[in-house]
Amino acid sequence: MIRTPLRPLARILHARATGASPDAIERENLRQRNEALRERARGRAQLRLLFLCICFFSAFTVVGARMGMLAASEPMEPRSAGAANAITAGRADIVDRNGRVLATNMLTHALYVQTKDLIDPARVARELAGIFPELDAATLERRFTDGRSFLWVRRVMSPEQMQAVHDIGDPGLLFGPREMRLYPNGQLAAHILGGASFGAEGVDSAEVIGTAGIEKAMDARLRDPAQAGTPLELSLDLTAQATVEEVLETGVMQYEAKGGAVILMDVRTGEIAAMASYPSFDPNDRPNPLADPKAEPGDSGLFNRAVQGVYELGSTFKIFAAAQAMDLGLVTPDTPVNTQSLSVGKKRFTEFDNKNYGPTKTVSEVMEVSSNIGTGHLALQIGAERQQAFYKALGLLDPSPVELVEATGARPLVPKRWPDVVTVTASFGHGLSSSPLNLAAAYATLANGGVKVTPTLLRQSEPQLGPRVVSEQAALDSITMLRRVVTNGTASMAKMDAYAIGGKTGTADKPKRGGGYYEDKVITTFAAVFPIEAPKYVLLVTLDEPIDRTGPEVRRTAGWTAVPVAAEIVRRSAPLLGLRPAIAPPALDGLTAVKQ
Amino acid sequence: MRPFLYVLSFLAVLGLGFWAYRENYATQAALREVADLQDEIATLHESLAIQRAEWAHLNRPERLRDLAVLNFDRLGLMPMEPHQFGRGTEVAYPPPPSLADSVSDLAIEAPVDISGTLDADPEVQSP
Repeated sequence: MIRTPLRPLARILHARATGASPDAIERENLRQRNEALRERARGRAQLRLLFLCICFFSAFTVVGARMGMLAASEPMEPRSAGAANAITAGRADIVDRNGRVLATNMLTHALYVQTKDLIDPARVARELAGIFPELDAATLERRFTDGRSFLWVRRVMSPEQMQAVHDIGDPGLLFGPREMRLYPNGQLAAHILGGASFGAEGVDSAEVIGTAGIEKAMDARLRDPAQAGTPLELSLDLTAQATVEEVLETGVMQYEAKGGAVILMDVRTGEIAAMASYPSFDPNDRPNPLADPKAEPGDSGLFNRAVQGVYELGSTFKIFAAAQAMDLGLVTPDTPVNTQSLSVGKKRFTEFDNKNYGPTKTVSEVMEVSSNIGTGHLALQIGAERQQAFYKALGLLDPSPVELVEATGARPLVPKRWPDVVTVTASFGHGLSSSPLNLAAAYATLANGGVKVTPTLLRQSEPQLGPRVVSEQAALDSITMLRRVVTNGTASMAKMDAYAIGGKTGTADKPKRGGGYYEDKVITTFAAVFPIEAPKYVLLVTLDEPIDRTGPEVRRTAGWTAVPVAAEIVRRSAPLLGLRPAIAPPALDGLTAVKQ
Repeated sequence: MRPFLYVLSFLAVLGLGFWAYRENYATQAALREVADLQDEIATLHESLAIQRAEWAHLNRPERLRDLAVLNFDRLGLMPMEPHQFGRGTEVAYPPPPSLADSVSDLAIEAPVDISGTLDADPEVQSP
């Protein structure tokens, strides 16, 4: 900025020369400078005022326009644009492997009462009691008139009942829509599905929560709104499941058993194709758990024997001793084993029914006759630590990882210490309790060439790639032994023309509640693998306290009870699962006979 | 020129206003229709779900088994069993045609018109 001097020398000299006052020139210049400054300040202030005006004007315009738009437009709920039909059901359906519905939702209504709107509480109470037999008119009337304003009457009702309530015609009776869980197949696969009930309830909707089984285990998946449209696909085959349940029920009746369980499992994928437990229940109307503390849990239909039942599974464990001994290279199927006597410390072991199988038998024959002493000798060769590690690797000592909420609670009963006596008893399935599902998974591991199989209820697209537990050769030899148990040994009733089954029987005395064992109560188990030439399925049948009265004497062993049931299940379900039977050559007719 | 432009722009504003007015109501009508359709879709979905449940209920294995037993006289349905499987070679060939069949194939049942006209050969005909 160029400052004009207040006293310019030229004008001062000129003023002095003319006698004028140089101070006047200075004052004049000072005035001019002040005026210029003032002009500039005023211009800037005006600019600021203008800017502020524009700001305020725009702001008020926006506010005014918004107010005008709000005032002029119609009031409307905000709506999501499109795709509103994606969410139709609150909870995803459950279907079997072929897409047949196992669980779905149905729209129904709940009934509630706004008591202040009731015109004639006494009449409403009387008529409601007439429609719903479980309601009591006097109690209902008291609750209508005790000052509360809101009251739930029914959680769900049928359309007929709803019409009857409509016909009462009182303005205080109101309906709220409800999504109800429906199991269209009734009792079928009840233990797997479990059941559902209402959680938090409002007038317009209620939360549906799983209470047991896969409904509870997969609750988060089923409730996920993003996946509500895609049904949960189970590994079950509805037809096979129905057949298995039918045969199991017949078997339980025929052998006068208290109950039973069946597991049918794919050995490559670990998919459970059918799993049944008898007695059963209806998941649409789930019964209450037994209140009596002294009752056995197995007495209730809710109890899933296949998963929750933890039993001593008896001789079915013997094949694991043979498989491990062969895997470690201790024996081959033809190695002779002492079957004469076995004593550990003071404890002397005997065979079932005090039989005597001679001085020695080969490993394969030990399995065929189910010799306790022979298996005990194998187990002692293996040793406690390796045996325990092997059982652990097969998953026999841990709760089953299957997708059922009950599975986590069914912890196998394992002895705390593992001395030689336990090694021997554990080798033939005594003193060690595990669930039938764990046993089925262990057999599946052997049938899968020694690669561990984890049971699952969800449909799989690929075989499992688990860790190797047994060498391929040892697994193959074990399966061959299982076949010889059927052809030459204790499970001869499973012989049939159509399918070659291999399996091992097990009969275990039931433990008493206070300790010791019952003399005349057993749990019989048959663990089978079929078809033996290329194992595809593992079948496990367990019967609780079966008795076979068809012979001259009462028989309780697995060979007479569980094995025929298993054979019938294979005969009926294998064609349904797409397994081709071996076809007997047709009878020669005259022409073919002549030609040959 | 200038008045003409004024009139033109006024008319343009008028036209645009009319167009905006119509679009507004057309949009509102479309939105209402979408809402109605979505309501209808929801209702249909609901009844579809109920019908699917009913279908599953009517086709439950227990009921089908009972029906098969009840109607055994007419249908003769049995559970699937291994002995029902067979080999391809067990399927009989169709019986060889008998002499009577071959004769009846040859028999002339109705007069056959064998007279006709020959199409003229175009290559010969054309000059």
